[in-house]
Amino acid sequence: MRSIGKKLYLACCFLFLYAPIAVLIVFSFNESKNRATFTGFTLKWYASLFQNELIMRSLFNTLIVAAAASIIATVLGTIAALGISGMRKRMRSAVMNITYLPVINPEIITGISMMLLFVFIKEIFHLELGFVTVLIAHITFCLPYVILNVLPKLRQMDVSLYEAALDLGCTPVSAFIKVVLPQIMPGIASGFLMSFTFSLDDFIITYFTSGSSFQTLPVTIYSMTRMKVNPQINALSTLMFVAVLVLLLLMNVRKKPKGVHA
Amino acid sequence: MKGKRSMALPYVVWSIAFVVIPLLLVVYFAFTDKNGAFTFDNLSKIVHYLPIFAKSINLALIATIISFLIGYPLAYCIARSRTHVQRNLILLVMLPMWMNFLLRTYGWMTLLENEGIINKLLGMIGLGPFEMINTQGAVVLGMVYNYLPFMVLPLYSILVKIDRSVIEAAQDLGANRFQVLCKVLFPLSMPGIVSGVTMVFVPSVSTFIISRMLGGGGNMLIGDLIETQFLGGSYNPYLGSALSLVLMVVMLLIMTVMNAFDEDDMEGMLV
Repeated sequence: MRSIGKKLYLACCFLFLYAPIAVLIVFSFNESKNRATFTGFTLKWYASLFQNELIMRSLFNTLIVAAAASIIATVLGTIAALGISGMRKRMRSAVMNITYLPVINPEIITGISMMLLFVFIKEIFHLELGFVTVLIAHITFCLPYVILNVLPKLRQMDVSLYEAALDLGCTPVSAFIKVVLPQIMPGIASGFLMSFTFSLDDFIITYFTSGSSFQTLPVTIYSMTRMKVNPQINALSTLMFVAVLVLLLLMNVRKKPKGVHA
Repeated sequence: MKGKRSMALPYVVWSIAFVVIPLLLVVYFAFTDKNGAFTFDNLSKIVHYLPIFAKSINLALIATIISFLIGYPLAYCIARSRTHVQRNLILLVMLPMWMNFLLRTYGWMTLLENEGIINKLLGMIGLGPFEMINTQGAVVLGMVYNYLPFMVLPLYSILVKIDRSVIEAAQDLGANRFQVLCKVLFPLSMPGIVSGVTMVFVPSVSTFIISRMLGGGGNMLIGDLIETQFLGGSYNPYLGSALSLVLMVVMLLIMTVMNAFDEDDMEGMLV
């Protein structure tokens, strides 16, 4: 009896979580623009989606920014984590407080504060809002996630291994590459992945730092939702959902053999 | 491994340039007028906007409480499932998060519309139509929907670690279900509750999209107000900065209070 109640509760929760997504998917195949009655099957919204130049260009922009921001943030953040781990407690606390700022500040504050900076220095550096400002903003909000992922790995690492490598004749650089890097690699990888997905998904901070000439996909989606009825949004949602689903399934398949050994 | 402290230097410079200075600019603009002179005007004008602050905090609180009431049993159910089921259920909770929140909120617009699907279904059994979109209820629903996973995930990760025998011991010693919940489960899951509540409350208070998409024009929240000062019709970064400053201070205060509930503090976590 209790088990039935539990299953029913889970079902209700997942119905709540997936209802809007299901609606978007179903109505992406709807013939008419009507959002409540299904009038017939069509793929025309998908066709028009791929012909929509604005959406395609925004998608391209999003991918470029996400790739560049996450790579730069991962490199800069990993080096920073190495430095931070060598700091004494007081200094480390000070740096960590700054690191937590973008994480706990409401996104809108991060967005408007960077917008203020970019508008303020516009005259000095001839920097218009656009690709560069979005990239800087994305690197900035990705950096904490890299650092917070790499630092624990560095803390778990045995320093004597690195010293042993030096004693056995490694140069500091090769000791780092051969001994330290493999041990902190999981942290670097998850930091990179988090950065990449956050960057892909970010709307609020991009919205304030992108200006009018440079749009990422979320910003374009926002302007599309302002126009009320637009079945292309449904088609886009469906494609994104399928992409995420496939990615997750692939990751799961890849992870399974590991689980057997553990 | 001494002397590599300097490796953090590029990052520290970056953070000062793009995190600290921008926040200081917010403070600077909050105390400046259009001619660059020092003023308290922006901050004193905020008195007019206190109802909006109150409404934002009120709606965010309601959304946080509802998220907790839905999320805690959900996290508990998942944590008490079999191990391989747990993994799948958690993935199911996280999956919607990977779809852009604008799209998910747009989905709710479709559902809640006056001519929308829910009203249509209700109409079939002779109810309604109800006016659901452009109400405060719709805004709260949007908040709960978008941030529920943020509540469930930290709760789950702490509940799954609680030893079942602790609960059984409490039951053996004569605690009823309610006492088990209040005296065993809640205290043990406090760190998860604190981070879940924070992770729902912070984005709910400062949202400007959910209120605009689901609340119509009549449900302006503090996030909308700030946004219009910077990108909307009423361009006034000075007032916008003052509003942001107050929002930031309010959030810091709330988080300090929240952290007081949580004994093991993170290293370097603010305050």
